[in-house]
Amino acid sequence: MENRVTEEPTPEAAVTERAERSANADVLLDLRNISLSFGGVKALSNISFDILTGEIRAIIGPNGAGKSSMLNVINGFYHPQEGEIWFDGKLRGPMKPYQIARQGIARTFQNIALFRGMSTLDNLMTGRITHMHAGIFWQALWKGRAEREELAHRERVERIIDFLEIQSIRKTPVGRLPYGLQKRVELGRALAADSKLLLLDEPMAGMNIEEKEDMCRFILDVHDQFGTTIALIEHDMSVVMDIADRVVVLDYGKKIGDGYPDEIRSNQDVIDAYLGVAHD
Amino acid sequence: MANAEPETLDTFPKLLMHNAAMRGDRPAVREKEYGIWQSWTWREVRDEVFAFAAGLHTLGFSPGDKLAIIGRNRPRLYWGITAAQCLGGIPVPVYADSVAEEMEFVLSHAGVRFVLAEDQEQVDKVLEVSDRIESLDQVIYDDERGLRDYDSVHLHAYAAVQKLGREALAQDPALLEAGINAGKGSDIGIFVYTSGTTGKPKGVVLTNDNLIISSRNSVAFDKLTENEETLSYLPMAWVGDFIFSHGQAYVAGFCINCPESEATVATDLREIGPTYYFAPPRVFENLLTQVMIRMEDASPLKQKLFRYFMDVAKETGIQILNGKAVDFSSRFKYWLGNLLVYAPLKNTMGFSRIKLAYTAGEAIGPEIFDFYRSLGINIKQLYGQTEASVFITMQPDGEVYADTVGVPAPGVEIRITDGGEVLYRSPGVFQSYYRNEEATRETLDAEGWVHTGDAGYFDDNGHLRIIDRAKDVGRLRDGSLFAPKFLENKLKFFPHINEVVTFGHDRDYVAAFINIDLDAVGNWAERNNIPYASYQELAGRPEVYRMVADSVRQTNADLATDPKMSGSQVHRFLILHKELDPDDGEMTRTRKVRRNIIFEKYGVLVDALYDGSESCHIRTEVTFEDGRKGAIEADVRIEDAEVFPPVAKSA
Repeated sequence: MENRVTEEPTPEAAVTERAERSANADVLLDLRNISLSFGGVKALSNISFDILTGEIRAIIGPNGAGKSSMLNVINGFYHPQEGEIWFDGKLRGPMKPYQIARQGIARTFQNIALFRGMSTLDNLMTGRITHMHAGIFWQALWKGRAEREELAHRERVERIIDFLEIQSIRKTPVGRLPYGLQKRVELGRALAADSKLLLLDEPMAGMNIEEKEDMCRFILDVHDQFGTTIALIEHDMSVVMDIADRVVVLDYGKKIGDGYPDEIRSNQDVIDAYLGVAHD
Repeated sequence: MANAEPETLDTFPKLLMHNAAMRGDRPAVREKEYGIWQSWTWREVRDEVFAFAAGLHTLGFSPGDKLAIIGRNRPRLYWGITAAQCLGGIPVPVYADSVAEEMEFVLSHAGVRFVLAEDQEQVDKVLEVSDRIESLDQVIYDDERGLRDYDSVHLHAYAAVQKLGREALAQDPALLEAGINAGKGSDIGIFVYTSGTTGKPKGVVLTNDNLIISSRNSVAFDKLTENEETLSYLPMAWVGDFIFSHGQAYVAGFCINCPESEATVATDLREIGPTYYFAPPRVFENLLTQVMIRMEDASPLKQKLFRYFMDVAKETGIQILNGKAVDFSSRFKYWLGNLLVYAPLKNTMGFSRIKLAYTAGEAIGPEIFDFYRSLGINIKQLYGQTEASVFITMQPDGEVYADTVGVPAPGVEIRITDGGEVLYRSPGVFQSYYRNEEATRETLDAEGWVHTGDAGYFDDNGHLRIIDRAKDVGRLRDGSLFAPKFLENKLKFFPHINEVVTFGHDRDYVAAFINIDLDAVGNWAERNNIPYASYQELAGRPEVYRMVADSVRQTNADLATDPKMSGSQVHRFLILHKELDPDDGEMTRTRKVRRNIIFEKYGVLVDALYDGSESCHIRTEVTFEDGRKGAIEADVRIEDAEVFPPVAKSA
């Protein structure tokens, strides 16, 4: 592609505003100068942005822009070669994914990763695993603490089932469900983890308009009801503009925009990357 | 016990107190919530109702005020009905699937001051039209989800209203007593808006006496007890649900069960295993269609077993159910069939414990009716109207026929006019249509007879047989009788046909619009490798046309044997490019076709049926579920059907 302006869009105004906001709201996740490469391929270069507690933050960009890599970095699946990740006020060192889950990050996947042979209910129960404390011995006996714990977890899961309106598929093996519902179950499992940060990787990919509208409503309701901080990757600009509080735009592993939906909509770089100069 | 001084128990609040005292620990309501059946005893229900009533009182609800109830069957909405009655108010249930404008009509016509809505969806609809409803004051909602940010002094959560009520009751425990004691049987108990196949809905005014006496008579007729279990899943705004889920439950003291959601009704039915069940014919038809679809996918052995024992059931099952003598070997075969086929099948359908099932509203196909009866399910028909507090005729045990609707219900007198119209007079007869004297005068005469508008006659057994709506019965140009509903029902009995509209009055021949059943035909298409993407595409497939043509041919062959009806064989038909839908005004909320609207809307297609053309282009406006409008266009093909010369009926 032709020369695109790729410098950090950091005019003074933005800096002060950002400083202001950081002062007002807690920064849940702060990514500082992240670079990630696979061999010679630079997937992400020098990216910085933050996610505030209680907001819906969208990460958008054309195909191959590095969105999923970004999510995998946040998630701890990839370790960036450069840069710092501050989560919940702590600098994160190298961690295993399960440690990150315990730390309070849950996610859904671009291509559904559920246990296909298990029922919706059981899939959701797996989301509670990080919160189960009874040892394997007591769980096997299903007595005392293990029993009490399971009942509490089941109740929590049932509330999510009610919330996502999936009562009718509670006992249905997930593999038999249509795609849109599987996506909803996956959201349910991520919700069951009661995380501080919820990462949604293209929650609306491959859905029809009605399913998309449903999903948007669920995301907004989750945000409203549980106050969950959400970071989502999405392809569909219109969806993002409607539901996100702030948007960060990636293209070719670089950040080309960061701000409120209105700002992004009028950002020339973003327009170029998305619509502009003959992409395909 | 249930009959202890019935004359003093003349209102629903009094019945509630009676039940709380007599059977306080028995379950009154269950609802599946969070995956578990939660239940409330009669005593708990009384406390819930009183708390809500006191809360309403605190919010300023006064005698004569109307409380609209909008939502699917939930305990709190049922409690709202009785709570309003405790305060001398009038509950007005509204169809939950009404669009905002329909709701506006009912709410302003009834002069509703308070609304009890199920959830955000219903609240949104009410708020959308609230400016135009002058009487509207307060809106209360059951499910708080999504409503947190609605900032309005006129909007309250149900729980918050109950909290107000409990505080008020703590201060003055006798708060509601005077109002309840002042209630009389002659007070208005409820407004039920009929969906009406023509024009605007009418508000039927029913008193406590109407409702309670009708419930009491029907409970006695079928010997219902406090041990019944029912599933409350039909629209609350329909008089049938009010009688079956509320009236009879209060009188007999049995337990109603509210499903978890609309999508789980089948599962919930199975879990509850009701002993007493009501469903319109459509539900029984769908259930049978599902069974047949699944049987076709079953293994050959199972299919064989199913077919063999269903034949056995057809021969002996109905006779056993009717208490007739059956020889030992047939009885043994039926017993074996029950073990291998009927019992598991009934369990799958949720009918393991069923003692009594009713169907009404439309004619039910004789094959469908016999199918259930042959399994030992005591399914019966009744004929009723909102204006009669449901019951006009009922089928007594042992005298059940598929083509009649039974004998007059207890306390009901029936007269047939010279023109063939059915009239009745009963303790359940309504007072008037609210604010519609003209319609009241047309329907209810000075001697208390109600004109049903249905044409019918009594057969030799003294059972009433309904032919059609009197005003729909017409004549072809050659003078032969044309009863549209009769024809439509005949065609609808085919599982792949969902809806039919026939034309013929003042025409040369009968022609029909047909809606296919998307489930049944879709499944058939899948098995036969016929690809389709939408209803419209499937409806246009030549294979589907062939299948429908065959059904029409069979119907015609059958009609040809009936000297009265042989003239009304269907000569031409078309498969409509869209499903008829209440949202487009083509049907009522209870799914009865509105002929004149269809006639107006599809005029070009009707013309095409009679001008000999082979296809016709049409553009139709449709309303999506969210209220947006769109249009679909299609070229609809019209086909001729095979007709038969009249033949004498064989044997």
